[in-house]
Amino acid sequence: MRRIVRIASWLYALAVYGFIFLPVVVLVLFSLQATSFPIPPFTGPSLRWYDAVLSDTRLTSALLNSLLVASISSLAAVALGFLSAWGFARFVLPGSGLLRGLITLPLTVSYLIIGMGLLVLFNWAGVPKSLLAAGIGHVVINLPLCFAIIYSQMGDHQINIERAARDLGAPEWKVLLLITVPVMAPAIFAGFFLSMTFSWDEFVISFLLTRFDTTLPVEIWNLLRSGLNPKTNAVGSLVFAVSIVLVVLFELTLLRRRKA
Amino acid sequence: MNSVGNIGRALPRAGRALPWALVTPALGWTLLFFVLPFTAMGLSSLTAHDGGGFTASNYSEFFTNPSYWQAMVNSLEVTAIVTVVSVLLAYPFAWILAEQVPERWQRLALMLAVLPFWTSYVVRSYSWLLVLAQNGVINRALTGIGVVAEPLQLANTRFATVTGFVHFFVMLLTLTIFANLKQLSPSYRKAAADLGAGPVRTFLHVVLPLTLPGIMVGAFLTFVLCIGDYITPQILGGNNELLMPQLVMMQIGRRGDFPLASALSIILMAVVTIAYLACARWLKIERA
Repeated sequence: MRRIVRIASWLYALAVYGFIFLPVVVLVLFSLQATSFPIPPFTGPSLRWYDAVLSDTRLTSALLNSLLVASISSLAAVALGFLSAWGFARFVLPGSGLLRGLITLPLTVSYLIIGMGLLVLFNWAGVPKSLLAAGIGHVVINLPLCFAIIYSQMGDHQINIERAARDLGAPEWKVLLLITVPVMAPAIFAGFFLSMTFSWDEFVISFLLTRFDTTLPVEIWNLLRSGLNPKTNAVGSLVFAVSIVLVVLFELTLLRRRKA
Repeated sequence: MNSVGNIGRALPRAGRALPWALVTPALGWTLLFFVLPFTAMGLSSLTAHDGGGFTASNYSEFFTNPSYWQAMVNSLEVTAIVTVVSVLLAYPFAWILAEQVPERWQRLALMLAVLPFWTSYVVRSYSWLLVLAQNGVINRALTGIGVVAEPLQLANTRFATVTGFVHFFVMLLTLTIFANLKQLSPSYRKAAADLGAGPVRTFLHVVLPLTLPGIMVGAFLTFVLCIGDYITPQILGGNNELLMPQLVMMQIGRRGDFPLASALSIILMAVVTIAYLACARWLKIERA
C-alpha cells in the first residue's frame, strides 16, 4: 500500500512538473529554431533570432524603458512604503488601522481597474500617455506591497535598538539612516526586488497608459500580431531569464535574513 | 501591537509633525493615484459617451444587452472551472511536495514548481499558443502516434484559455497549500493515529479540514486574479467568446467609449466584492 502511494505520487508529481514546464521548454527550445516557424520539427540550434531581437531597436529601447520604469517606480514605491511603515510602526497615529487599510487597499483591486481609473483621470486632466504615467501606475500597485512587507518586519527588538540610539542622543534622522535602514535592509531589498519583478512583467497598465515609447511586455504584445514567430520566442526567453535573475536575488536576500 | 503603542507614547520628543511627515507621502499617493482615479471612473460611468448630463444608461445597457450579459456569464463560468480544476490539481501536488519529498529537497522542489510563475503573463500565454497551435507540439505528437487523424482545434478556444489559466494558478495554489500543510502541527496526525485512524481517515477528518481555510484563501485569490485578467483570454481564447476584461478593453480600443468601459469595470469589481462578502467568513486573512 505504502509503495503504491509512493509510486503514484512520483508519477503524479512528474506529470504536474511536465505540465508546468511544457510551455517554458517549448518557448526556449524554439527560440533556437533555425527556420522561420517556431513549430516542430526542431531545426536548430541557432542564435539568429536572438541576433534579430538585439538588432531590433524597438525591442531594445522597450527593454531599456522597462528597466527604467521598473527601477525608478520600485525605488519610489519602496521609499514611500518604508517611510510610512516606519511612521505607523513607531508612532501612535489617530485612525492608524483605517489609514493602513487605505494604503494596502490597491492590493485587492485588479490591475485592469487601476489602469482604467488612471486612464480616465489622466484623460480628464489632460495628462498625456507616457512612460511616466505607466510608472505612476506601477508605484500604485507596488507601494502597498512594499508597505506590507516592511511593516510586517518591524519587530520589537529593532525598536529597542532605535530606543537605545535615541537615549544616546541621536536625532531622528540619524536614527533613521544609521539604525533603521541598515536593520531593515533585508525587508527593504525584498520589497524592492519584488516590485522590480512585478513592474518588469506588468502589461495592462503600461498598455493603457503609454503610447509610442512603451515597455517590453507591450512591445511583445505588438509582436504577437505577426503570429507565431521565433523572434517572439527569443525575446520571451530573455524576459524569462531576467525575471529568474530577479527571483534568485530575492530568494538570496530572504535566505540571508533567515540566517541572520 | 500593544508594545508598539507603549513605545509610541514613550516618545514625547518626536512631536506630532514627524509621524505625519512619514506617512503623508504614501497616503497622498494612494489618495491621488488610486482613490481619485477610482472616483473619476465612477463619475465617468454615469455620463454618456456623446456628452450630456448624468445618466445611468451605461449600467442599463449592461443589463439589457444580451452580449454584455453573455460576457459576464462566460467570465463566471471560466473562472469557476479554472478555480475548481486548479485546486484539484494543486492539492495532491502540494501534498506530495510536503509529505513525500525528503525535507532537504523540499525547498528546491517547490522553487522549481513555481519557476514559470515568474514569466510575464504575455510570454506565458504566447508559450501556450505555441504548444496548442494547429501544427504545434501537442497536435504533432497526437497525429504522429496516430491518436487523431486531423489536428485538433485547440488554440482560440475556451479550452486554451482554461489551460493557460490553470497553468498559472496551479503554481500559485501549490505555494499557498504547501505553506498550509507545513504549518500543520504533526501532533494532530499523531493524535489521530493514536486514536486508531488510518492514513485515509486521518487525511479526510484531520488534515483536509485543517487546511480548508488556506484552500479557501487560495481559491478566492484565483477567482479575483482570473476574473480580472485580459491577456490570457485575449491571446489564447481569441475573439470567439468574450470575457468581461476583453469587453472592457474593446470599449476603449475600438470605440474610445470611456464611460461604458468604466461602468463595465465597476460592475466587474462589484461581482468580486460580492464574491468576497459571500466567502468572507472563510477568509480570515491574517494581518500583521
